[in-house]
Amino acid sequence: MIVTKPRSLERILEDLQSVGARRVFVVGCGECATAARTGGEEEVAAFSRWLAEHGFEPTGGVVPEVTCHRPGAASALRKHREALDDSDAVVVLACGAGTQAVADAAGLPVFPGLESSFLGMAVRNGEFEERCQMCGECVLDATAGICPVTACPKGLLNGPCGAMWEGVCEALGDQECVHVRIRERLAAQGRGAAGVLPPKDWSKKRKPDAVSVRERVRRGQEGSR
Amino acid sequence: MSRLRDALERGEFVVTGEIAPPRGSDLAAMRETMRIVGPRCHALNVTDNQGASLHMSSFAACLVAKELGYEPIFQQTCRDRNRLALQSDLMAAWAFGIENVLVVTGDDPRSGDHPQARGVFDLDSTQLLQVAAGMNEGHDMQGRPLSGGPTGFYLGAAVFPEAEPWGAQLARAVGKIEAGARFFQTQAVFDLDKLVRAVDALHQHGAKVVAGVLVLRSPRVIDFVNKHLAGLAVPDDVAKRIREAPDPAEAAIDLAVEQVAAIRDIADGVHVMPLGLDARVPEILARAGVAAGA
Repeated sequence: MIVTKPRSLERILEDLQSVGARRVFVVGCGECATAARTGGEEEVAAFSRWLAEHGFEPTGGVVPEVTCHRPGAASALRKHREALDDSDAVVVLACGAGTQAVADAAGLPVFPGLESSFLGMAVRNGEFEERCQMCGECVLDATAGICPVTACPKGLLNGPCGAMWEGVCEALGDQECVHVRIRERLAAQGRGAAGVLPPKDWSKKRKPDAVSVRERVRRGQEGSR
Repeated sequence: MSRLRDALERGEFVVTGEIAPPRGSDLAAMRETMRIVGPRCHALNVTDNQGASLHMSSFAACLVAKELGYEPIFQQTCRDRNRLALQSDLMAAWAFGIENVLVVTGDDPRSGDHPQARGVFDLDSTQLLQVAAGMNEGHDMQGRPLSGGPTGFYLGAAVFPEAEPWGAQLARAVGKIEAGARFFQTQAVFDLDKLVRAVDALHQHGAKVVAGVLVLRSPRVIDFVNKHLAGLAVPDDVAKRIREAPDPAEAAIDLAVEQVAAIRDIADGVHVMPLGLDARVPEILARAGVAAGA
């Protein structure tokens, strides 16, 4: 899931003041931001109270099922058309994709209420760790299912580097060197190290990227991949 | 031909020194250091934004060393440049007669003086060695021929003899040799048994080892090393000896003399990092019984 963190309230205040907004509508997200406790029903209500305490007038709020689904976000907003027509601006408690879906659909100045941090794994309820860079060319086959592109602060494919000391990464200070961890897990599984991994092909990560499932399905029906 | 390569391959005990380019454009102090240290060394490492802190480019400072008649070891870190920039600097180095290259990963930017900087690490040091070895075969990273034909770089890498687990460290070092490294320069070594372990292992793979010695001139320097230098910790007994000495600088010189003398019997050379006591390097080498370089 996409892990979000609260954005500086001073910054949100400045954003709203920059357009002279007084009446503000709030949008959350029923998916990742709800799980991260940054943009669910509770947080939307709490943020609306904060707005009221700081001289704004909250005009309403909504938590679409999945805010980064633009047609879904637009349909959720349509149900609040009156409140939106009565608003000067919208604050979105969702990731950057969710905020842009709302910005496309709202017809008003839209501001981010969160910072989008990383693609995370819930290591237990309420605790998330960054585990994937979405680099476009997975190396987990060679690295025992542990991603060095993410877990090594330098993103090295071949390690350990000189910052490894007693198996600990000095750049991170308190965590095991991921290259040592990879080697240990490979050995425990009776697998040899993969040898020197070649430089990454970053053309696989060119942005902006786009995927059309419709197109792929159509081609699949034509019998090609 | 590289004097460093020649001496190492002949089995002569080599001495390398370390030069940090200035943070700014005044070359006077660096030239002065080169004149003091250079005559005692087979080659001078010229660092590349060492400690992830801003300095003049290593390439430019290597040219200054050559101008003064000293042989540079061009250091390249993977932290500040992508594969295009790294290759273009290697081409420049060869065109201007720089033969020795030490390829290192580079400290993480958050340990340096520009902690906001983005670390590049497009290649890691093993991969960059492969690229430089490819240039020695006459082609760039895409396999396209280089005008002027193959380069003839003498390629070096870093190894950390005291790092544990040693298995992971050794596997990485062997990967560097397979990638093209012919010599290693080490982080400062205090535990000589571990140096023996590293030298024996790397000799089996045909690589030479130049062992590092730090001159720990004051308690403040010891604290700095422990806090800021990656892959290094000053052992308590060593720290105590210098901290409690009436004259810490003299105690540090004595210690360095002992270390250089011991390394003579173990490794293929010594790399002296004087941390400010550059003027004392000739004395350290002389007292340890190491002849003037070349």
